[in-house]
Amino acid sequence: MAAPSLAALRSKIELDLRGRVVSPFNYRDRNIFEIVSTGIPEIDAVVGGLPRGAMTEICGPPCSGRTSFLISALAARTADGEACALVDARDSFDPYLASAAGVALNQLLWVRCQNADQALRATDLLIQGGGFGLVAVDLSDVAPKIVRYVPLNAWFRFRRAVEDTPTILMVAEQEANAKTCASLVLRLNAKPAEWKEAVVKRSSVRDLRDLVKYPFARLLKGFEIGADVVRSRVQCANDLPAADENVVNEIIVNKFDARHTRHRAGVFETVVGAQDPCAPTRQSAKHRA
Amino acid sequence: MAFACIHIPEFMVQSVVRAEPALRGSALVLISGKPPLWSVVAANSAALRAGVQLGMTKAQVTEFCGVKIRPRSEAQEQAAHAALLDVGWSISPRVEDTAVDTIVLDLEGLASLFGADENSARELSQRASRIGLIPHVAVASNIEAAILAARGFAGITIVPAGEEFAPLGELPIRTLLTDVEVLETLERWGVDCLRALAALPVLQLSERLGQEGVRLHELARGARVRSLVLAEASLSFEEEIELEDSVEELEPLSFLLGRLLDQLCARLEARALAVRTIHVRFELEPSFEKDVQALKDESRSKTASKEYVKVLTLPVAMRDSKVLLKLVRLSLQANPPKSPIQKIRMAADTAALRVAQSGLFVPRGPDPEKLELTIARLAKLVGESNVGVAELLDTHRAENFRMARWAGGTNFPSTKVTRKRRKEAVSSVEKPQKARQVASGFRMIRPAIAANVEVNEERPVRVSFGGMQGEVVAASGPWRSSGEWWQEDGWDQDEWDLAIDFALPGGLQEKNASWWPQYGVCRIYYDVPRRSWFVRGFYD
Repeated sequence: MAAPSLAALRSKIELDLRGRVVSPFNYRDRNIFEIVSTGIPEIDAVVGGLPRGAMTEICGPPCSGRTSFLISALAARTADGEACALVDARDSFDPYLASAAGVALNQLLWVRCQNADQALRATDLLIQGGGFGLVAVDLSDVAPKIVRYVPLNAWFRFRRAVEDTPTILMVAEQEANAKTCASLVLRLNAKPAEWKEAVVKRSSVRDLRDLVKYPFARLLKGFEIGADVVRSRVQCANDLPAADENVVNEIIVNKFDARHTRHRAGVFETVVGAQDPCAPTRQSAKHRA
Repeated sequence: MAFACIHIPEFMVQSVVRAEPALRGSALVLISGKPPLWSVVAANSAALRAGVQLGMTKAQVTEFCGVKIRPRSEAQEQAAHAALLDVGWSISPRVEDTAVDTIVLDLEGLASLFGADENSARELSQRASRIGLIPHVAVASNIEAAILAARGFAGITIVPAGEEFAPLGELPIRTLLTDVEVLETLERWGVDCLRALAALPVLQLSERLGQEGVRLHELARGARVRSLVLAEASLSFEEEIELEDSVEELEPLSFLLGRLLDQLCARLEARALAVRTIHVRFELEPSFEKDVQALKDESRSKTASKEYVKVLTLPVAMRDSKVLLKLVRLSLQANPPKSPIQKIRMAADTAALRVAQSGLFVPRGPDPEKLELTIARLAKLVGESNVGVAELLDTHRAENFRMARWAGGTNFPSTKVTRKRRKEAVSSVEKPQKARQVASGFRMIRPAIAANVEVNEERPVRVSFGGMQGEVVAASGPWRSSGEWWQEDGWDQDEWDLAIDFALPGGLQEKNASWWPQYGVCRIYYDVPRRSWFVRGFYD
C-alpha cells in the first residue's frame, strides 16, 4: 500500500477536524489582541489598553483606585455602544457615581452577588452567553484568602471562554490570582488624598467667623494613583509599544475630582464650606442639583 | 377565481391527538358526559374498525383491547379550530370560518406566491400538518364544490372549473350538510350519491323538500354559487391541556409545557408573529387542609380548586419554543406551584417579530434570546431583584436607584464624538483645555455598618468599625442632608469624608491586616433619628 502524500494527509486531518479547529496547520499567535481604551489616556499610553478576548487583572489594596479604573473602563466601553456586564461580588457598586462618570447604565447589566462563589458562577454564565464587550468582575471586597482558593482551572476556563471573542474579561481584586491566565496584570496604588481648603471669596466677618468655627470646611479633592504593570503579554496590533513584562512603569493618573460626590447631597449651594450642625435642616429639593 | 377548503376529518379526535401526539396511529375514542354515564361521542377509524360504536358506554369500550379512551376536551377543540384558522390566514387574508372543522380560503392573487393552485393546496396541507392536524384539502372554482370535495375526498383534490359535477357525483349523500330527516328521506328514495340526487327533476324535488331540496340539487350538481363570509382575524393564542393524572414534578411538566409551546409557536409562525408575554395558568389539585374549625369537628374540609398563574414578560419578542421552555422552566424552578397540577392553560400576547438586522457600524451585542436565558439563569442564582440595570431615581437619598429589567436592546449607538466634531475640537486646540479627569470611584457598603466615632470639638477624631480602628487625619464635613420627613423612611444625616490612618499602633488587628488598608478615605454619616454613626463606603 502506497504511503499517502503529505498533502493528502494534511487535507485528511483538516477534514477530520473541520468544525472544531479552524486551521490546524496555521500558527496562531495567542498574544496578538485587539486593544481598546481603558478610558485613562496615561495607562493607554503605556499598555495600549485592554485586550479583547483575554483576561485583565486589576489588583491593589483597598482605596488604591481599582473602582475608578473599573468605572473608567465601563464608561469607555458603553460610550462605544457596547453592552457591558458587571459582576459585583459584594454589592458595592454605586450606580449614581458611575452614571456621573459617564457609564451608560442602560447598557450595563449589573449582577449583585453576595459572595465570591456566586460571582464566579455568574461570570461563567455571562461569558458563556457571550456578546458583551466587557465583563467586569469586582472581587475587590472579597478577602484575598478566599480568592486565593479559587482553583486555577476556573481561571483557565474563563480564559478559554473569552478567547476568540470580542469580550474583555476584567477582574478587580486585591491580589493577582489568575497567574498565567491573565494577559495583562496591573497593580494600582494611591497616594494620600488631597483636600481643598475653603476659600472665602467675599470676605465678611461672618464667613471668617464660620471658618474659624469649622476648620474642617474643606473638600475632598482627589487622589493620585500609580499603576505598575506586573505582567503584560499583549502584543498591540496597532503598533503601540508593548509593555515589557516585569518592567515597572509608573503611571500617574490625573487627580480625581470628588466634587460631584458632594453634589449628590444636593443640599448645599456651595461646594466649599461646612454647615452648622445645629442649624435647621433644609429639605432636599425634588430636582437633582 | 378559485377557492380552497381545508377540512379536518374526525376533528374531535384529531384535536385530542394534536395535544397528545403519542396517540397518533392508535385506536382512540372520546367519551363525554357525567362520570357514571360516560358515553362515546367520537372515535377514529381504527376504533370504529375495531367495533366501537358511537353512544357506547365507557364500560363497553373498555372491553375492546387496544382502544384508548380519552375525555372530550372542548378547550382543545377550540384551540385546534383557532390553529386551523391561523393556517388559513397564513396563506390568504380572505378566510371563511365555515364550520369547526372546515375553513374556506380565497386563492385569488396567490399565483404569484405559490404558483398553480395545486401548489397552494400542498402548502396548505403542509402547514396544517405542522400544527398537528391531518387535513383534506380541495380546490374548486366555487365555495360549495370545494367544501364537498374536501369533505368527501382524502388528501389533496383539485376540481377543474366547469367540471365540478363529475368528481362530486361519486360522493355519498351523507356528505351534504343538511338535516338528518332530509338525508333519511333521500336514502328512503334510494338516492345514495350526489349523482343520483342531481339526476332528480328539480321541480318535483322542490315540491317535496321545498327550497332545501333545490339547494341540495344545486350542491349535487356543483352549481351553487355564493360569496365568501369573511372571518375576523383574532390575535388570541391559547392552548390548553387537561391531565388525567396530576403532575407534581418539574421534569414531566416540562414535556407538557414544551408541547404547548410547540403548538403556540407553530401557530405564531403561521401568522408571522412572536411571543411578547406568556401567561401560564395551572389548575392545581384540590388539597385537603386541616382547618381549625374542621379539627374541632374532627373532620377534614376539602378546599376549592386553586390556580397558580405565571406571567413571563419578555424584553424582546421571540418564537423559539426551546428558549421559551427554558425560561418557563427557570421561572418555575424559582417559584414552583405548591400542589400537583391538573390542568395547564397557556396563552401568548403577541408582537411583531424582531428585526434581526441592525446597523452595520453598531457594535454587535449579545443575542437577545440567549441574553434573556442568561439573565434568567442569573436570576435563579442571585435572585430576580439582583440582576438587571440600575435606574436612577429623582431623590437625594443615598440609595437613589432601583433595579429594572434589561430593556432588551443589545445594539446601542456609539456616543463618541463624530469626526466632524473631532475636527472642530482639533481646530480649537490652541485654546487652553482642561485636562480630562478620571472620576473617583466609591465602594458602597450595603447595608451600612455601624461605627464608633469619637468626637472632639464637633469633629470625628477616632473611628472604629468592623474590628478596625484608626485615627482621623483629615476630615471634611459635616454635610447635612435630610428629606422625605413626611414619610416613615425619611432620612436626616450628617455626612463626613474622613481620611483614616489605620496603621497606628494597635489600630490594625492581625486578622484583618492582609486586606484592610493602612490608609483609607471613607464616608461616614451620623444618623440623627437613630443617634448612631454608620460607614457608607470607601473611596477607591
